Amino acid sequence: MSPVLFELLLRSIWETILMTAASGLISLVFGLPLGLALIATERGGIAENLWVNRALGAVINGFRSVPFIILLVALIPVTRLIVGTSIGTWAAIVPLSIAATPYYARIAEVSLREVDRGLIEAARAMGGNRWTIIREVLVPEALPGIVAGFTVTLVTLIGASAMAGAIGAGGLGDLAIRYGYQRFETSVMVAVVIVLIILVCGIQWVGDRLVARLDRRG
Amino acid sequence: MIGAWLSGAGGPLLSGPLSHLCTVETDSEMNQHVTAELADPVNIAAAGQEDVVRLVDLKRRFGATPALDGVSLTVRKGEILGIIGRSGAGKSTLIRCLNGLERPDSGDVFIEGREIGRLAERELQPLRRRIGMIFQHFNLLSAKTVEDNVALPLKIEGRPKAERLARAAELLDLVGLSEKAKAYPASLSGGQKQRVGIARALAARPALLLSDEATSALDPETTRSILALLKDINRQLGLTILLITHEMEVIRSIADRVAVIDAGRIVEQGPVWSVFAEPRSEITRSLLGGIRPQLPAEIAGRLVPGAGAELILRIDVAGEAARGPLLSDLAVAVPGPFRLVHGGIDHVQQQPVGTLFLAVAGDDERHLAEVIAFLKAREARVEVLGHVAGSV
Repeated sequence: MSPVLFELLLRSIWETILMTAASGLISLVFGLPLGLALIATERGGIAENLWVNRALGAVINGFRSVPFIILLVALIPVTRLIVGTSIGTWAAIVPLSIAATPYYARIAEVSLREVDRGLIEAARAMGGNRWTIIREVLVPEALPGIVAGFTVTLVTLIGASAMAGAIGAGGLGDLAIRYGYQRFETSVMVAVVIVLIILVCGIQWVGDRLVARLDRRG
Repeated sequence: MIGAWLSGAGGPLLSGPLSHLCTVETDSEMNQHVTAELADPVNIAAAGQEDVVRLVDLKRRFGATPALDGVSLTVRKGEILGIIGRSGAGKSTLIRCLNGLERPDSGDVFIEGREIGRLAERELQPLRRRIGMIFQHFNLLSAKTVEDNVALPLKIEGRPKAERLARAAELLDLVGLSEKAKAYPASLSGGQKQRVGIARALAARPALLLSDEATSALDPETTRSILALLKDINRQLGLTILLITHEMEVIRSIADRVAVIDAGRIVEQGPVWSVFAEPRSEITRSLLGGIRPQLPAEIAGRLVPGAGAELILRIDVAGEAARGPLLSDLAVAVPGPFRLVHGGIDHVQQQPVGTLFLAVAGDDERHLAEVIAFLKAREARVEVLGHVAGSV
């Protein structure tokens, strides 16, 4: 592989990491509260409100049912509004975040639902309010699942970011298509695949270690 | 240890917020209370000030099924009231009405004289801190250490961290788990988990402790130690305890009074020993079945109403009547053979409660009448169960 190509590979790795990390972080910041809102407003939840619950569910399902490549293009006006441009790595972070947030909200919802209702009842019996229940019971008890779900989301984002090449976002997927596929640079293709494997394994390993440390359920 | 626990800052034993609960009611006062309550509705209101809990005609339905169908009940300061019933009898709904986890459809719930049934959730929250609760499945937070679990009610109250941890340490000492302060609940046995649950329930110095089948998930030996701990806490701190259970053994071990609930109604209530001695309802008799002597099945299977060689009598005797030499007096007063087939005398709340099954000759009407007359004169209840052909 030529030094120029190697340079390109490094830049692509950085772009992929940037896209994954930024959109991952955003999906965590918005997805977890969204997951909490789903759990809180469902029937028998701590802030039962079935209309809000259905509306949230419908919006989440709507975004989740649109294939990412379509979302990428359909969201171009929104992206331009937020970032100022519809092209490049930062521009890709907008659709990636919008796709990953509802995805992560559903994963968080599943973990939060697994928290024993008896624990919520115990916190209520102690005089805890909703905020106490969220802060002291729901989130800490679901934390292993919340972290494991975040790991899954990050890995999914690495895959999705490969498609962001379509809007000139760069990244490893873009590199593999333009050089590895269209210019028959097999070494680039192989390098990209190896880097992706290392990235995914690394994220999964860190995530698993963290979950193991957090899980006190014995 | 308990003194320090009560006063917090090492003051006199009964200076803590629970000290007013430590007044001792004598038996006669209690009895007057009972009579007054039965006889005179005006006195109920007067007596009400001593009641930690007063329920008036509580009703709650789930769909078409009534879970509570007009429950009225009082829990007096410093007593242990046991509510027993089969599963589905409404006990869980009842206990949850006491801290507002469940809302009654109608009726009043007075806690320390204040009606809480219609309070908003936000108004209930500070009130719930006056009521500790322990659960069948302990409900400890797995992500928190033992001491953080115990300190949680104080954190909810907004107490500073140092105070919370000091109090958690006192309470863990009280329940004998000081060395487990930094452990996580998953590493504890069931009995230890319930001890943590008890410590947590006491953290905010409650006026009332609710126990929701607290020993139902524990083995018999652990159950005994947990019940002993609850009794200790009741005695030493004067803490009022309301417990629900489906096990008569629990009632016998620690309750002062028992209320039997069936299909959402209180079918009978009274001091434990008197309900044991004289159960009035079928459900109570059936719940008592496991721990009171029953006619052995092979004899019961051979009972016939007509004539037979022997006649089986069931004799129930309790209190003073059970302290005397009943059987030897019977032998002297009414000559003629009788045999003790089965039975025994139990001691409930220091009161003897006996059930004896006697076999007497089946063909001598006069002898039988004398035996019954003698026993009735001794305040025993006698029931003729039937004849048995041949010897038993």
